[in-house]
Amino acid sequence: MEAKVKYYLEIADNAFMLSHRLSECSSKGPFLEEDLAGTNVALDLIGLAEAVYNEAANLNKQGETGDDIAYRRDEHEYRNCLLTEQPNTDFAFIMTRQFFMDVYHYYLFTELSSSSDKFLKAIAAKSLKEVTYHLRRSSEWMIRFGGGTDVSSEKAQKAINSLWKYTGELFEPSAEDLLLRETNVSADLEKVKSLWDQKISEIFYLADLKKPENEYKMLGGKKGVHSEHMGYMLADIQYLNNRYPDAKW
Amino acid sequence: MENQGPLWEVFIQSKPGQPYKHAGSVHAYDKEMAVENARDVYTRRNEGISLWVVPADQIVAVSSSESSSFFEPADDKVYRHPTFYDLPEGVKQM
Repeated sequence: MEAKVKYYLEIADNAFMLSHRLSECSSKGPFLEEDLAGTNVALDLIGLAEAVYNEAANLNKQGETGDDIAYRRDEHEYRNCLLTEQPNTDFAFIMTRQFFMDVYHYYLFTELSSSSDKFLKAIAAKSLKEVTYHLRRSSEWMIRFGGGTDVSSEKAQKAINSLWKYTGELFEPSAEDLLLRETNVSADLEKVKSLWDQKISEIFYLADLKKPENEYKMLGGKKGVHSEHMGYMLADIQYLNNRYPDAKW
Repeated sequence: MENQGPLWEVFIQSKPGQPYKHAGSVHAYDKEMAVENARDVYTRRNEGISLWVVPADQIVAVSSSESSSFFEPADDKVYRHPTFYDLPEGVKQM
């Protein structure tokens, strides 16, 4: 598989796994408005993933479809960051995970909208509109958690503390990413990181929440070394395809 | 969930220049989240280009006991409709 396909998969797998985690909450939102809002974000992300998988299939020229790539790989072939596969616990946790990813996507796609790769440039520009809204929504929630009650602020801080170790991986470029940087295809993750840090600080300041000091990073997702949750998640995701291969409806 | 916040009425404008129409209501704790909830609940299928949200308790309504004195006097005054004039061709919304 060429480097570009692998880089595409990093983007698509992040969107796919995060979308799946959000879709697990469908019909379980705390109230109707939030239920719809959360599933809207899931739909935007699955749309993004689908477009990128289809393009990866085109590039790969192995006769497979985007669906084959999405549903017919083994765990070690998925390149999503560990953050996206962390299981849902409470609402503060789900929203904090979302907030970290929204900030990341926002600056990643801002950078990619000047990529030398035509497809990435186009998909980044399109996704940026969606992500801008996602980020607005999750930022507003973080501010309300922090400024809400003692319980909401405590839960948000707990979520931040437990997810923090997974955020470093977002900015660790894979070998393919670095290779593609030379031709200005991929985004400069150092730049994305400094913008991400600024935005996180800004929202945490408004929300009166604290950045953890521990900078330990859990890595592995981009190389296909996933957490124990990934297998269970894929069992769900791939169930239909495994049980009824080539099913059509 | 017991406390979903106060109720907000949602008004959507479908095209520039068109009036805002009542679409329904949402719950939200404050105005920023009310407008976001309204967007997520009522504009998912291209329904609008602009939104208003109004706190439901700020809307002043005519009570049903007053409705006959408010509205029935207009029943027999058809001459107030502009149907007795020829509209210029350029007028689309009337």
